[in-house]
Amino acid sequence: MAGAADPRPGDPLFAPEHRDAAFDWLCGLGDGALILGHRLSEWCGKAPALEEDIALANVALDLIGHAEMWLALAGEVEGQGRSADDLAYLRDALRFRNPLLVELPNRDMAVTTMRQFLFDAWHLPMLHALSESASPRLAEIAAKARKEVAYHLERSQDLVIRLGDGTEESHARMQTALERLWPYAGELCQPAPGDAALVEAGLVPDMAAVSATWQEILDETLREATLERPEGRADVQNGGRKGRHSEHLGFLLAEMQFLQRAYPGAEW
Amino acid sequence: MTAPRTTDSAAPRPDPALVRDWLSEVPDPEIPVISITDLGIVRDVAWEEGTLVVRVTPTYSGCPATSVIEMEIERHLAERGVASLRVERQLSPPWTTDWIGAEAREKLRAYGIAPPIDGTASDGRLAARAARLAGGGNASPACPRCGSARTEEVSRFGSTPCKAAWRCTDCLEPFDYFKCI
Repeated sequence: MAGAADPRPGDPLFAPEHRDAAFDWLCGLGDGALILGHRLSEWCGKAPALEEDIALANVALDLIGHAEMWLALAGEVEGQGRSADDLAYLRDALRFRNPLLVELPNRDMAVTTMRQFLFDAWHLPMLHALSESASPRLAEIAAKARKEVAYHLERSQDLVIRLGDGTEESHARMQTALERLWPYAGELCQPAPGDAALVEAGLVPDMAAVSATWQEILDETLREATLERPEGRADVQNGGRKGRHSEHLGFLLAEMQFLQRAYPGAEW
Repeated sequence: MTAPRTTDSAAPRPDPALVRDWLSEVPDPEIPVISITDLGIVRDVAWEEGTLVVRVTPTYSGCPATSVIEMEIERHLAERGVASLRVERQLSPPWTTDWIGAEAREKLRAYGIAPPIDGTASDGRLAARAARLAGGGNASPACPRCGSARTEEVSRFGSTPCKAAWRCTDCLEPFDYFKCI
């Protein structure tokens, strides 16, 4: 097995005063990638077109790869010896910090595609900003991940435009999907109370700046897709960062964690 | 004076340049016509104390080939007599297809995979997308089978994380394109 790079004692991410907030923030990012990666993997072998099946599996793989890096770093920051696998497979729903948007069921391709676009349009500017973090460890993972996420956004954005500005049926389904997901979308840009000190220290991006870019991408894409931005607030459904989840997360974890729960320590 | 006695004083320490030559014999598990050094993922080879340290950078974050490559490096160097080895993952600077050399690109083409066209990496921004919609800045790979420049993208994602699915509109063959990152 490959050894991890040496932890860097000079990295401000590891300062004791940031430990709890940084662990929580990293779990937010890592769990978001993990849970969305798992949701996308549910399409494997049954997406409506072969190309989409392959694309969804590829995006899932990238996201699960990111989750592994973020959660491994979270475990290092926490300093209790927990690995990425421990955090992914042995925490209960209350300990997960992902936004609610990513745990919602896939439903049809309209919901899957629209959810992916809402997430990607936030993910890319967030990683761009994070790649300038005062923490070299955070910055290098973000710089790696954002190259992959650029492809995710290109794909989901193209699909939203093609389906939104497509047939009457595809347009209607995309608009319905947008309205269904809208109340959950704003949580992506909601900071948790502990984040302020991390932003202050230059470790993580200010979500207000990320949100501005996110809104710009949304407006421009929805306009091109001939879809209407819903009028209601985008942040009424939230609580993921506090561990308050929808009923869907428990079912997802039951499947994702089954093997490690039933056969603790099992390896390939 | 007596020489310090260490347990590995007798173990040979092959030169890092020689180790690189050995690593150029390790094929990529997904695309066996090119080696891991062709791919540009071996970032450093050095002796630290009595241990040979090989630093490898992953191509894609979730690529399942990464751990297979690390196992292959260990196996290959053990066969060459390297007794103490550590394979480390190095993330920064992130891997780019620009590190694939000219010779390796020809090997890819001969194998049926269109090699990456430098400078086409997406930055995912609306400006880049708008430029492409306006017909600029998005070069198409030539068909690796018939050489035609009339090709079209079928999907931005292909059979492995590093490839996209394309099709030639002249000879009608589908082909893989090693996408830029």
